[in-house]
Amino acid sequence: MSGNRFAGPAVPAVPAVRTGPRLLTGGFPGAPTSLHDHLARHNPLLTRLCRSSADALIEEVRLAGLTGRGGAAFPAARKLASVAAAGGRPVVVANGTEGEPASAKDKVLAATEPHLVLDGAVIAAAMVGARKAYIVVDPVVVATMEFAVAERVAARLDRVRLRVVPAADGFVAGEASAVVNWIERGVPAPRSTPPRLAERGLHGQPTLVNNIETLAQIALIARYGARWFRSAGTQAEPGTMLVTLTGAVRTEGVREIEIGRPVRDVLALAGGLSVPVSALLLGGYSGAWVRWPDVADLPFSAAGLAGVHAGPGAGLIAALPADRCPLVETAAIARYLAGESAGQCGPCLFGLGAISAELTSLAAGRPSSPDLIRRWLGQVDGRGACRHPDGAARMIRSALSVFAAEVSEHLGGWCTGPSSFPVLPFPYRRPA
Amino acid sequence: MMSRAARGAPGGRPPGLALLTVDPIACDGRGLCAEIAPELVTLDDWGYPIVPAQPVPPRWLTHAREAVRLCPKLALKLE
Repeated sequence: MSGNRFAGPAVPAVPAVRTGPRLLTGGFPGAPTSLHDHLARHNPLLTRLCRSSADALIEEVRLAGLTGRGGAAFPAARKLASVAAAGGRPVVVANGTEGEPASAKDKVLAATEPHLVLDGAVIAAAMVGARKAYIVVDPVVVATMEFAVAERVAARLDRVRLRVVPAADGFVAGEASAVVNWIERGVPAPRSTPPRLAERGLHGQPTLVNNIETLAQIALIARYGARWFRSAGTQAEPGTMLVTLTGAVRTEGVREIEIGRPVRDVLALAGGLSVPVSALLLGGYSGAWVRWPDVADLPFSAAGLAGVHAGPGAGLIAALPADRCPLVETAAIARYLAGESAGQCGPCLFGLGAISAELTSLAAGRPSSPDLIRRWLGQVDGRGACRHPDGAARMIRSALSVFAAEVSEHLGGWCTGPSSFPVLPFPYRRPA
Repeated sequence: MMSRAARGAPGGRPPGLALLTVDPIACDGRGLCAEIAPELVTLDDWGYPIVPAQPVPPRWLTHAREAVRLCPKLALKLE
């Protein structure tokens, strides 16, 4: 592609996507947007940047106020700038691992708009001075991604080498340093910090690890600019985000929303609630429980959900039917998260196991001690190399506080739920 | 979350004050640190060390250095 068709982050007169969905516009799983259709909708992207135009693009991302869409909401421009400043020969890792079992947004994005993801990886590589980008995606979308890469190679579109890597299985496999470890050593376990990945990551090189939705948003910002990006969402949290709506909703699936839409409206995109609902699990399986009436009219944003001690996280909203026991669900998720510990750090390995066993007793109405659970939560929080124990502790703490009445009932020996089988979805383990 | 000991900020600390940190992957819970520096290190219910989030007070620095030096897994750091 010629380098002068696109002079820095200037905004084309009429962006191709003005309102409505920005990421999920054309394709659908099974029929991803082809390179031809992709370039017809969005103009080609400048992928050879001089130092100054790369800095200007990072500045554009900063002005856009884009935050990471993998769950941590770290400012995207700060990560780009720190890798760009690290020196050496950086590499880019597009992280579509999506270990979150109930979430499907990264799989859907990769399966429908692979070129937007690849654009993002290519432009991020240009911004930080990388020549190589690893595209780590769920095995179900590897073929789609590889086809998209082949289309681009045939069109001689990019100067960045793109390598598609099937993601590892497991909840912690999506953690940034675990992805780097997976590519480098075939072991999807987190690493100790320091060193930070931006300084010494993959093969010791400065490494930019971004969620693939973040990269797709970067691809749009590079084309249409910060002002366009900010025309959706809120002042503090601009743009759109992908959400996975699951549980007691009419049509489960992935939708794109403006950040800050009321939770009730977001659920309406899934056809609304299918049965009466008591509570929502927000953010992910390491997110937070909230009572449905408390949250229905709050904006789905970090600011809007802060008052109920929750956040958008990686965009999961799981609705729990009112006739189901929330402690049964919580215990099942806790057991799952305990089993997903990489087993490297003692407090996570032993603590989450102990906590989930005690929670299981509580949920079953057997003798158990919420005080002991709270004590152990304090002993696992912040004590791993990664945030896995912190996230599990957050989810369980929120359950003990939001479902305090149910906890008392269980201690008295009775449960309002009809069965001890959880309704929220769990992953099956792919055979190794 | 504030107790995340491994994430001590290097900047802004007065000179001479050092933070005791543990690499949770390297740590095997042998517990020597809690024997050597009980003023600083307590053990959780599974025998893994909990280190203070605050810098080590000067009067305990000798104990802290000894604990770092004798950790069989080289998991403790004073920085």
